[in-house]
Amino acid sequence: MGKVNTMETLELRSEPMMCSGHAACPGCVEALTVRHVLATIGPDAMAVIPPSCMAIISGPQPFSSLRIPVYQPTLEASAAAASGLRRALDSQGKHGTHVIVLAGDGGTYDIGFQCLSSAAERNENILYFCLDNEGYMNTGAQKSSSTPHYAKTGSTPEGKVTRKKNLTEIMAAHQVPYAATASVGFLPDLVRKVEKAKAMRGFRIITLLVPCIDGWGLAEDAGLTAARYAVECGAFPLYEVEDGRHYTLGRERSARPVADYLGLQRRYRHLDAAAGAVLQAEVDDSWARLQRLAQAGAAPVAA
Amino acid sequence: MNPLQSSTLLTGNHAVAWAARLARPQVVPVYPITPQTPILELLTDFHAQGHFDAEILTPESEHSVLAACIPASLAGARVFTATASQGLLLMHELLHYACGARAPIVMANVNRTVASPWAFWPDQTDSLAQRDTGWIQFYVESAQEALDTVLHGFRIAEQLLLPVMVNLDAFYVSHALEPVSVPAQEVVDGYLPPYRPVNRLDTELGSSWGNVVSQDMYCRHRQAVEAAMAQALSVAQEADREWSALTGRSHGIVERYRCDGARAVIVTLGSMCGTAREAVDALRDAGEAVGLLKLRLLRPLPVQALRVALEGVPDVVVLDRNHSPGLGGIVRQELRAALYGVAAPPRIHGFLAGVGGVNVPPEAIAQLVRGALQSPPRVESEWAR
Repeated sequence: MGKVNTMETLELRSEPMMCSGHAACPGCVEALTVRHVLATIGPDAMAVIPPSCMAIISGPQPFSSLRIPVYQPTLEASAAAASGLRRALDSQGKHGTHVIVLAGDGGTYDIGFQCLSSAAERNENILYFCLDNEGYMNTGAQKSSSTPHYAKTGSTPEGKVTRKKNLTEIMAAHQVPYAATASVGFLPDLVRKVEKAKAMRGFRIITLLVPCIDGWGLAEDAGLTAARYAVECGAFPLYEVEDGRHYTLGRERSARPVADYLGLQRRYRHLDAAAGAVLQAEVDDSWARLQRLAQAGAAPVAA
Repeated sequence: MNPLQSSTLLTGNHAVAWAARLARPQVVPVYPITPQTPILELLTDFHAQGHFDAEILTPESEHSVLAACIPASLAGARVFTATASQGLLLMHELLHYACGARAPIVMANVNRTVASPWAFWPDQTDSLAQRDTGWIQFYVESAQEALDTVLHGFRIAEQLLLPVMVNLDAFYVSHALEPVSVPAQEVVDGYLPPYRPVNRLDTELGSSWGNVVSQDMYCRHRQAVEAAMAQALSVAQEADREWSALTGRSHGIVERYRCDGARAVIVTLGSMCGTAREAVDALRDAGEAVGLLKLRLLRPLPVQALRVALEGVPDVVVLDRNHSPGLGGIVRQELRAALYGVAAPPRIHGFLAGVGGVNVPPEAIAQLVRGALQSPPRVESEWAR
């Protein structure tokens, strides 16, 4: 297990695009994540932010915590709205301005999924960030289709009976230029991926796991620990898929058992050892599958 | 041949597509639906031939179409789209959103029955059900009027920062082939200068749209929308006047057809007006003083114009090709509200005429008028077919 990054590497390497004084909860991993995403994207960008925690964090009128223009669409329409915005900028010759989406998992996996699929199929030139906190946290923590197996939420009081939808695989199946996962718990990797996506054109999506202090039942100072444990235990593998074929699997997974990750969170407190073993088996199975994909679809090594 | 306009045979749909081409929109998100599809197909043909350089998006639904239209418009692009029936209903949430965002989108809607059951006939319930969404609504009678009104629409929308919907009846207008005078590009360019909004989504300005507001901010925003709507009557008239000066064609916001000295006046929307003109001519020929008031602009409702036009007319016959269950005809209800309190109010006879696209020939209209003149109006709308 590697040591936590030093303060030096956690500092922003560029101009902050997100201001202090915003409305995020104490200890919020989403605010921290977006701070680094936006600093990497820079000022020549516009953000589409649907109703979500991020919409609250970026507002309210007349304030804005972001130094770039924000358009807030309806909940189910982010990718469509971003497409319209992109085309309007293109029609004015502003091809260099980035159109990004900062949407939650509800607005991405669920209600916004139809237009997301369409924008991906059209290969719209947008960079979509899914701030995945595995539930409808802005309405007080109800389940989304990103909520993992067994997790308790306001709408699954006995634990969710089905598994988390695999968004990255679905987006990869659209054969988009770039689909990746990232975590602020592994900041250099996150910044590298954002920089890589920023330099590409066409439809790009990065799903960022955002442990939610309130919704997951974490200690206020445990957000980053949860972010790191999620990756280390394999529950949230860090990987990239280019053109739907070339898989690159990160090396961040350690020998950490899933139980370490579950133990940080109130939403799993009801689990018995048998259920914990089921989750460990699911994680191991998914990991093995990813390894096979990475082997099969590895980019050919240059001679 | 007049170099400023050329006459050609066009359907209502193709007249709309020509108007859209001439208006030079920069972004056109659009989704096909019967009977609107020929608008989409002619625009994509124009694009393929190099005559139309808008960014055309073809998303997976009408919902995404309008979702794309709004921020495109807010970023300062001129935006056009077209839909019909279920497509318009699917857009419902975004219709409200577009008005709130003050996005001057122009949309053609081909009025078609709404399901269920499935049907494809002319019926205006689709757009009339959207009358509270904050869109300026026009209803047109012919292909020519459709072309002219789409161009008026851009002018009005961009001046007021309100979205405009131009409604044309399925098949009677959308598919009927008529001689249409198509203006030259330079005429339209003079009429519609490029859209350059002061407030827009722009990295240079840094401003945003959609953020959460307080009660007071929300209320003031709605007042601003209402103030813009109030201006729409005069702005629409001015747009019509200026178009008339360029082309010789004026449509007004309401049109009085043979209303002088009328004992009874028919009030209706869209293609039904064409049939009603025939009925009026036949009745006038038979010595019966009957006229037609064509309501072109439904939102904002030209209340004052209606009161002036209909005060002192003994009987008004409203033909509603729409149906609000539990209320009857929507235009009839709007008219009753508009005329409430006039000194000499007419008796208002309401007929649900042509609902679901059933044919209402001129003779049937003449018969309805004659019947209405002989009996007091009923409290509820009557079915006529």
